[in-house]
Amino acid sequence: MRFHVKDDCLFPVRDKEKETTIPISQIPIIPQPTLNLNFVFNPDLQLLLTGKQLILDDLPFTLEEIQKHYENGYVTYRKGIEYIRGLPVCSRCGNKEENWFAQFPCSRCGEICLYCRKCLMMGRISACTPLIGWNGPNPVHTLPESILGWKGRLSDGQQAASNDVVEAVNNNKELLVWAVCGAGKTEVLFAAIESALALKKRVCIATPRTDVVLELTPRLKAAFPGITAASLYGGSEERHLYAPLTIATTHQLLRFYHAFDTVILDEVDAFPYTVEESLQYAAVQARRPESAMIYLTATPNEKWQRECRTGKRAFTTIPARFHRHPLPVPRFTWCGNWQKHLKKDKLPANVLHWIKERIQNHKQALVFFPHIPLMEKALPILRQLSPDIEAVHAEDPDRKEKVQKMRNKEIPLLLTTTILERGVTFPNIDVAVIGAEDDIFTDSALVQISGRAGRSKDYPDGIVTFFHYGKTEAMLKARKQITVMNHEGIRRGLIET
Amino acid sequence: MKLFPNAHCLICHEIILNPIGWGAIFSEEKEQFLCKTCEIRFEKIEGETCQICGRMLSYLDENFRKGELCNDCIRWEEDDQWSGYLERNHSIFIYNDFFKEVLATYKFRGDYVLAKIFADYLKVFLKKIKPDMIVPIPLSDERLYERGFNQAEALIIESGFAPTQLLTRVHSEKQSKKSRMERIHIPQVFQVNPVEIKGKAILLIDDIYTTGSTLRHAAKLLKESGAERIQSLTLAR
Repeated sequence: MRFHVKDDCLFPVRDKEKETTIPISQIPIIPQPTLNLNFVFNPDLQLLLTGKQLILDDLPFTLEEIQKHYENGYVTYRKGIEYIRGLPVCSRCGNKEENWFAQFPCSRCGEICLYCRKCLMMGRISACTPLIGWNGPNPVHTLPESILGWKGRLSDGQQAASNDVVEAVNNNKELLVWAVCGAGKTEVLFAAIESALALKKRVCIATPRTDVVLELTPRLKAAFPGITAASLYGGSEERHLYAPLTIATTHQLLRFYHAFDTVILDEVDAFPYTVEESLQYAAVQARRPESAMIYLTATPNEKWQRECRTGKRAFTTIPARFHRHPLPVPRFTWCGNWQKHLKKDKLPANVLHWIKERIQNHKQALVFFPHIPLMEKALPILRQLSPDIEAVHAEDPDRKEKVQKMRNKEIPLLLTTTILERGVTFPNIDVAVIGAEDDIFTDSALVQISGRAGRSKDYPDGIVTFFHYGKTEAMLKARKQITVMNHEGIRRGLIET
Repeated sequence: MKLFPNAHCLICHEIILNPIGWGAIFSEEKEQFLCKTCEIRFEKIEGETCQICGRMLSYLDENFRKGELCNDCIRWEEDDQWSGYLERNHSIFIYNDFFKEVLATYKFRGDYVLAKIFADYLKVFLKKIKPDMIVPIPLSDERLYERGFNQAEALIIESGFAPTQLLTRVHSEKQSKKSRMERIHIPQVFQVNPVEIKGKAILLIDDIYTTGSTLRHAAKLLKESGAERIQSLTLAR
């Protein structure tokens, strides 16, 4: 889009008169008109734009109306692509990798225009695209008489962490909550969310995975019955809903800018958050400059663990599960060159024995494989033991149905890749990893996998076995993390002994 | 700066690995846009095709063809209003799910650079057909502004040829929302720009051939304005 610059104000033009107008990328500093308090702004635009960074194509308002709000100081224009030391950076997703940019002869600005391919799916941002934001007052909402409707009780471990989270939220600090799998992390957040909402602060819970958003939303809506909550993920209907409480995938944060007083980031160590720098950028962009950031994870990466140990990162731990039983500690069992066995359509004897035992005793089990082809090779072999055994992986169209069948106890054994390493709960299962030495099983993956067993208070025990062809550092680290947490739980009196 | 930057596949973004062989050493280096995995997901139109619309006849039931023509084209040719205007359509790919996805990213998400992938295939046809003029099917001004570029024109430019702007669109509603009957019976959608086309062989370019009505509307208009012969080339059929 081209603009005409006049009297410290921008005026968009549709025609491409090149002498008098320039694309937004070439305007050194974008002027911002002062707020005209006599101007009657459009409250729908306010609701949609507050804390956002959107492109024109996202907005169901005319350019004329948006421009009128800009001229009166209520709307901001930012450059879609900024040049920093001559190199382009996408303002929305932070992309600065050369091979994620491309250019095209643009009919909006009439020039060869650079665009970002990284966040293309959210609407193309090119060098001439203005990112539109809100500069007027925040929408007002009334609070219900009581905010928190949850009447449950926290365990001692949860309570201690909950107090720390409240403190961090009230003082706009950063805090890592390092809670074991099955600790009951969500409830730990309730007091802090209540405290923030009471001060009319805007809260966001973000997670890399859509499944988690879908699971958290009803729980939070039930806990905060009088509060509007927006649930945002790819294709969700509530994309434009302004809410004091937002539950979103980290992808959706790309549309936010300086929006939240408290951002709670769940599963910080999960894919794709860890590998997509744009998502980490988005989380930072979505925070207000003065805001609290709470990270939740069962498995912080090595760098973070080191920072915790050396006092460089504020953290709190919940070392025990809410049911006060220790975490199952994985057993290591050498199974020889299992891939060679598979090539001959066989499995190592001790692996087969383990599985047979589970089937005979009607104990359900999750069996993890490092790669899809290996798992699919093993499936027919195991189906000879029980024809109902299923296998699941990320691209499996029947993934949801198979997981549900496992929950209904219709299948004795579910083979899986790391896709089920986290987020799923089956009450009474044993867990095996075949080929635990594979690189794909990082220490955090192995801790998460071990965390699938012994989840329910009725069945707090579960056997976890790592079948391997040579112990790895990751296996040892994972087991150590689990035993350290169990010791801390005992020391703090959070585990029955 | 990287001295030997790795080429990334424009679709899946994986690094493109080239087998090193004598060919790679002695032949002129050609820029690569696709990895092998993505390349083989495009299915080319091959073998026996309908002599008018260029669709593959081997996938068509015997009842839906007569000799070398498909029933759709027979229907067009039996209609006096349309008979004989579009001489021949050429299409490169089968409209499979993978193509559909890539085309949607190119056209609706506006990922212009994907034109480079298609251009490699297009070039071959353009050199073979050798028309006097290569004419993109135009977008309305409104749609052009919305998308930022004309996907048909971009294909010609990226193939290294010069497009001739012969047509202007007068109506602008989205084609894909209409049925075949509606598409055929709409009043004229294009007008011809003042360029001398008497006796010229014209090649129309569009992204897909669905019912063929867009191309036939354009062909009829151009022929009535004096063009000698009209063929068309689309990415998919």
